[in-house]
Amino acid sequence: MKEKRIGVFVCHCGLNIAGTVDVEQVVEQIKDYPGVAHAEHYIYMCSDPGQELVRKAIKEKGLDGIIMSNCSPSLHQATFRKLAASEGVNPYFCEIANIREQCSWPHAGDKETATRKAVAIIKAIIEKLRRNISLTPLVVPLTKRVLVIGAGVAGMQAALDIADSGYEVVLVEQSPSIGGHTAQLSETFLTGDVIPGLVSPMMSKIASHPNISLYAYSELEDVSGYVGNFQVSIRRKATSVDESKCNYCGLCLESCPVKTASEFDRELAQRGAIYIPFLEALPQRPVIDRETCRHFGGDKCQACQEACPQNAIDFKQEDTIVEEEVGAIIVATGYELFPCTGIAEYASDPDVIDGLQFERLLSPSGPTSGEVRKPSDGKIPEQVVFLQCVGSRDPEHGVSYCSRVCCMYVAKHALLYKQAVPEGQAYVFYMDIRSDAKGYEEYVKKMVDEERVLYLRGRVSRIFRDGDKLKVWGSDTLTGKSIEIAADLVVLATAMVPNPGAKELARKLNIIVDQYGFITEAHIKLRPVETLTAGIYLAGTAQWPRDLPDTIASASGAASKILSLFSRRELLHEPTVAVVDPEVCRGCGQCVAICAFKAIELDPVKKVAWVNEAICDGCGACAVTCPSGAMQHRNWTARQFFEVIDIATAEYV
Amino acid sequence: MQYFDKNGVAVIEANFAEQVKEASGTEINRCYQCLTCSLGCPSAFAMDYLPHQIVRMVQIGLREQVLTSSTIWVCADCQACATRCPNEVDIVRIMDVLREISLREGFVKERSVADFHRIFLGNIEQWGRQHELSLILKLKLKTRDLFSDLLPGIKMLMKGKLKLLPERFKEIEKVRDIFRGAEK
Repeated sequence: MKEKRIGVFVCHCGLNIAGTVDVEQVVEQIKDYPGVAHAEHYIYMCSDPGQELVRKAIKEKGLDGIIMSNCSPSLHQATFRKLAASEGVNPYFCEIANIREQCSWPHAGDKETATRKAVAIIKAIIEKLRRNISLTPLVVPLTKRVLVIGAGVAGMQAALDIADSGYEVVLVEQSPSIGGHTAQLSETFLTGDVIPGLVSPMMSKIASHPNISLYAYSELEDVSGYVGNFQVSIRRKATSVDESKCNYCGLCLESCPVKTASEFDRELAQRGAIYIPFLEALPQRPVIDRETCRHFGGDKCQACQEACPQNAIDFKQEDTIVEEEVGAIIVATGYELFPCTGIAEYASDPDVIDGLQFERLLSPSGPTSGEVRKPSDGKIPEQVVFLQCVGSRDPEHGVSYCSRVCCMYVAKHALLYKQAVPEGQAYVFYMDIRSDAKGYEEYVKKMVDEERVLYLRGRVSRIFRDGDKLKVWGSDTLTGKSIEIAADLVVLATAMVPNPGAKELARKLNIIVDQYGFITEAHIKLRPVETLTAGIYLAGTAQWPRDLPDTIASASGAASKILSLFSRRELLHEPTVAVVDPEVCRGCGQCVAICAFKAIELDPVKKVAWVNEAICDGCGACAVTCPSGAMQHRNWTARQFFEVIDIATAEYV
Repeated sequence: MQYFDKNGVAVIEANFAEQVKEASGTEINRCYQCLTCSLGCPSAFAMDYLPHQIVRMVQIGLREQVLTSSTIWVCADCQACATRCPNEVDIVRIMDVLREISLREGFVKERSVADFHRIFLGNIEQWGRQHELSLILKLKLKTRDLFSDLLPGIKMLMKGKLKLLPERFKEIEKVRDIFRGAEK
């Protein structure tokens, strides 16, 4: 290998470095070191005159490698590599010797030690640079299509944002209809927007959008590949209805003898085994639920087939697998509710319901056509008790986090109840009121001041049936007294928990979930809509409980991240990744097991490891694990490490 | 809804808050229990319930407990609470209303305070201005507490601070008009 002509540039960083390190002494000791063709110091290397100095030295001394002795590479490595490239020096021949964070700052006041250490650091980096090889960034092709998993309001918003920008979207939804939990709601808090007016236009836009391929009643089967180049296979579950023949007449729905609890109406109403989940469902087509269908249960029932004038019922239909290629993925798998039965002291009773069930009671398209009636006997409830923080902020029985939306929707529930039953009394048991966004506090105050909803600060200890009433035992900590309420209906604002399928999905996608099962973001403050796996983004309540405006914002955020990814012709990837020497590799597979990015495979024929450079993050774990030394990290080979260690430890051995 | 306290079950009067709200003209439901009123109250040491507790008890309708409390009589109407309240709940006005209801319905706990108010106003009605000596004598007869503060009283009398005979305000009829107006 040709010996490099190396220039060393020592920065004072004002007094940050020069105050502790004797920079003149450093230059003096470095300038005659083997390989060094030039050495100098300057007050601010990152300033324009400082950079000019480097340019001049590269030209005049014919340098082909530079070492910037200054601050951490996270600050100015990019600056100086750009400078090197502009002067015709390979950017990977520009190295940073960090003598600020790792030398002058920790050794402030000890100039002699700091100077000695600075020299050692620079010499070590010189030894590394002498062995660096010339590299160019890897070019990775980019498929400009997106897979969105989950067609609730987050998935729909993200899909529409991307599709409207001209890119194709594959939208996968587990249940027979898109719309998610939002479609189950009655109206929004604060604005009082009626949900069908809010969600239905979004749903029909999705269904008719030329850039969106919708796979409802489908699940993600498998994913492989990496950012820009994912191969996904989608399982389209058999609906048992031939879509090309069905004319949506609805005769099959009436013919079905099975009656089972409707998921959409939260078990407050019944549906047949062949069903359309709700009136505005999209796609508007019946689906046979094989779990409850008598035909699939071994019975001879063919009622729907006999009723169908189009002969569209196909009991023999099978699941199909669809393969799609996409460049990015959005996970919008949404939430579920903590079960009402999760707290043993609260009676398991038809009149003890959760928030979504109450939404169905309030909804004009719900089982009671929007009238608030008790599920048990259909009477109008006169005393309704709402409980906040059921399962939330309760690590013993539920989850330790705050579900964020309950304070607001309980206020809305109390308001809608008072509007429906003006002479009724609404009680709200709360621990704290968390109304922390625009207009929220005023909204809750309105319930207390004007609507005469009685807010009681405290938890409820017990709920039990007493004749035709439910006894609610609680306390009002503001007066320090115990309370008993004879209620007709109890509504539990149960905690928002992640979709139970999210964990399994995260495993397929190689992304991380937290202790509860929410998808973990790359950085909770700075990269909130990305996951740690490049090319996979998240939106909505799959990440954390949030309300509609926050969900829309996070979905649009994820969409805009993808649009910025797609604004490039192709992807560039750092070339400082792992490489295998196939002559040395013996195919033990330890590197495959240790790789957190699933970037390494074993070649089935040659029985040697193969690194997918586009996925490799350059973490170096495989190189450390490799027993034969076949796996090496580019520009951080074992040889380079040993040279660096030799110099760094020279004065101690 | 029922409340349980040390004595068993407390009676709730659901429209009590509404009654107080109407009579006092203040939005009592706005109170969010920040305790600013109680922390600034100079008479709080002598109260059985603190002002914020009285407000909360009115909100939830613990009528009898509120009307029999000493707080509403110990309150000196200094206005510190009402001035500092972030929600503009006029606690002084509420206390006034509670005293009125308490008097009307015979719930008064601090009888001597109520007696003082009555005698004070009676004197004004009679003469148009206050006559301290008769106020003292009437109050002592009423409360049968004849000897407390006797010495300072005699001293004040000797120094001529207490007039022996009452003086009548010239336009006494105008004062009485005010009383008649208030009674309506």
